[in-house]
Amino acid sequence: MSNFFNKSDLTRQDADKIVSETLNNCDDGELYLEESKSESILLDDNKIKSSNYSSDLGFGFRAISNEVVAYSYSNEISKDSLKNSSENLKSTLKSIKGIYNHEIQKSNKKFYEDINPIEQKTLDSKLEVLNKVNDFLRKKDGSVKQVTASFAGEQKSIEIIRSGGEVLTDVRPLIRFNVSVMLEKNGRKETGVYGIGGRQSYDDYLKNDNWKNVCEEAFRIASVNLESKPAPAGEMKVVLGPGWPAILIHEAIGHGLEGDFNRKKTSAFHDLMGEKVASEGVTIVDDGTIDNRRGSLTIDDEGTPTERTVLIENGILKNFMQDRHNARLMNTRSTGSGRRENYRHIVLPRMRNTMMLSGNQTQDEMIKSVDKGIFAVSFGGGQVDITSGKFVFNCTEAYEINNGKIGSPIKGATLIGDGPSILKEVSMVGNDMMLDPGIGTCGKAGQGVPVGVAQPSILIDKMTVGGTKL
Amino acid sequence: MVKDQEFLKSKASYCLDLAKKMGATDASVTVGHSISETVNFRNKSLEASDRSDGLALSIETYLGKRRSSISSSNLLDENIKTLIDKCFETTKITPEDEFNSLPDKNLLAKQISSLNLYDETRFENDKKIKYLKDLEESASSDNQIINTESSFTENKSNFILANSDGFCGGYKTSSFSASCVTVAKDENSMERDYEFSSKRHLSDIKQATDLGYKAAKQTIRKLSPKKIGSEKISIIFDKRISKGMLSAFASAISASAIARGTSFLKDKIDQQVFANSINVIDKPDIIKGMGSQNFDSEGVNSNTLQLIQNGILKNYLVDTYNGKKLNLKSNGRSGGTTNLYFEKGNISYEDLMKKNSRSLFITETIGHGSNLVTGDYSVGATGFLVEDGEFKYPVNEITIAGNFKDMFKNIILANDLEFEYAVNSPTMMIEGMTVAGK
Repeated sequence: MSNFFNKSDLTRQDADKIVSETLNNCDDGELYLEESKSESILLDDNKIKSSNYSSDLGFGFRAISNEVVAYSYSNEISKDSLKNSSENLKSTLKSIKGIYNHEIQKSNKKFYEDINPIEQKTLDSKLEVLNKVNDFLRKKDGSVKQVTASFAGEQKSIEIIRSGGEVLTDVRPLIRFNVSVMLEKNGRKETGVYGIGGRQSYDDYLKNDNWKNVCEEAFRIASVNLESKPAPAGEMKVVLGPGWPAILIHEAIGHGLEGDFNRKKTSAFHDLMGEKVASEGVTIVDDGTIDNRRGSLTIDDEGTPTERTVLIENGILKNFMQDRHNARLMNTRSTGSGRRENYRHIVLPRMRNTMMLSGNQTQDEMIKSVDKGIFAVSFGGGQVDITSGKFVFNCTEAYEINNGKIGSPIKGATLIGDGPSILKEVSMVGNDMMLDPGIGTCGKAGQGVPVGVAQPSILIDKMTVGGTKL
Repeated sequence: MVKDQEFLKSKASYCLDLAKKMGATDASVTVGHSISETVNFRNKSLEASDRSDGLALSIETYLGKRRSSISSSNLLDENIKTLIDKCFETTKITPEDEFNSLPDKNLLAKQISSLNLYDETRFENDKKIKYLKDLEESASSDNQIINTESSFTENKSNFILANSDGFCGGYKTSSFSASCVTVAKDENSMERDYEFSSKRHLSDIKQATDLGYKAAKQTIRKLSPKKIGSEKISIIFDKRISKGMLSAFASAISASAIARGTSFLKDKIDQQVFANSINVIDKPDIIKGMGSQNFDSEGVNSNTLQLIQNGILKNYLVDTYNGKKLNLKSNGRSGGTTNLYFEKGNISYEDLMKKNSRSLFITETIGHGSNLVTGDYSVGATGFLVEDGEFKYPVNEITIAGNFKDMFKNIILANDLEFEYAVNSPTMMIEGMTVAGK
């Protein structure tokens, strides 16, 4: 646990006093202190290309009055610097009233351990794994022309100090291991990427030479793509595989259910609470409480314990995801969804692990039911326009379906749909819910935060596939 | 106030001395300071104010051909010491890489000419508030506009780059940015669009009322969109999309992508990759340019580069490390392009719009659908159906797809180039792309 006060002229008593004085008449606010240590080690083009270590320390001070948020950050933790910030906040919030009146429950439950993954594995042994990955893939097949493998590890310690002296802390480990391979055959080049990670030590993910499985998967995706044909263009049936394809849920539904867009009425979902927004049998939750998952948090970045928030239950819209600010203005409670990339950024309501729960059909039944369509297994990334509700995501592994049978692989294509209506097009929900391998990062307002997704196989009756073949 | 050069220089030389003392054969350090203040408005009232004040330090240490790096925001001498120690320890066990080195001394920038990149004007928050009030008043004058969000950011930065070969240079830069996002609604739909202005000097920022008016106009015209059928059609890209195409091209000719073999433009030097009317230039010394620089992120002097001449690829974007791999000298593009642009074409915007009796005008794309290894391109799009040079109706929930190799060879550029951003393009037409819709 970081001690933010032992290397500075700022004592905890000073900090308490400045925080209480500044926030005395505000509706909400806090001092957020953060120390992070991170590393990234990259093997590329047969060599260890870079090995970077980074440490970051700073605070963000926030004061809220009615709808107005004042924020000031600095990477100098000192009495002067905090006082400066306090003056900045006071000058913005000239007329002030009220107090934060929503009780936040407490919890002692933790969803990961206080470890520093960087220290738990020597640099030598990390380099050894990366070199093994390179050798393994290059020996595997003559078509392997490029291999990139990387480790990224982080430990982030945070402390939140509220007016009145309440203190909340958390220590968050996070790691990611990634392999990318490029194949070349008959003049065609294709890449395959796969990764794993979460909030445990590197070795928890690399047990039993698990790095080999990561390599095999990246190689398999690239090999499939070498044989791919141009993707079709137009509306058709789409079967999505389980796990990572749930970024569909993240883009199509998740962002539109974040509190800020709904308070501002700029989300296509803002007037649909209690309405049917998905087919019967579709239940979607956003869960911050799954042990060691990339999107899990013991407390959010405002100190609220996370929870499992039901967003859509059997087709009906039940809840938005809230931070304290938007919850207060919408007269509801925070769902523990207040997150920020780091102390340089303000808190926004964000997703954690967004999951569609299992139904009772099989993937096989879905494919058999499709005359003409595509079967999409893996995706690169996605994006949404929350106002019009239109969203896209990019396939990185997909196949044609003809007369109920899986056919040739097709080239990467963008799929586009309409968020508020796409879930009404879901006609089958599989019994095979799977979590993603722990690689997602969600971007919003210039801030990236780690997230997870999960879903079973699903059949969507109508979606536009953005290929080139008419 | 942003920290002065003396302060940054003293930190940089402290780092270099320390690294040398520990036994590093070479070292390079960047120290920067940046202060930025933002005011946000929503629906004509103050929503947030945000002030950030950040120092940043990054150091690379070399031991012969071994190299590693660290970065930190904590500039206390004691912390720097711990970090350099850690960095050097890591360097010792990092394997050698024959291409690792500081840049060639002869290529380092010798002098720093003033490009007028810093405007010391302080735009007080009260003035930002006044600007945003005017902007939102103008943006919300039509009653179909149901939400406005706008912001004004003022940034002042200073930096020093120093290395153990004696290079030491840096300068102040500033930027002022105003943006406006509006949401419009009618009985069929809700749509969002935006407009922004970003400049080195305050006096060059667009008028608040113009910015607000333009954002609103662009949003309202998107209301009640239709989805069209799947077809081959000629596509006209608004400037804000065509400049993105130029950025994708720049990524594909970075020496790193070429050296790794992961670009569809590998081995294409002196070959035709664009239509023969196309010229692409990267010019670092534009006065007040948003992408202007005296030297790149390694201290290497950067001159104007003709990347595409009459459709032929003439240069990659080369840094020291990847240059050595490719047997090329750095051309001062470590960190990418500077002010990148397509030379303007010779057809007017109006004539381009009328060139085909029916075309699709794209104003926004979503998704990360550019594959630089294969050149495949597929993105979600929003725009307008154009008939006989006129916007007929708004279009959405479609995708457009093609392959850059073909698309680049079919580009026709209008003559409406303006230097607004770090990447600039005229309006662009590409014939024969596939639209997927109904």
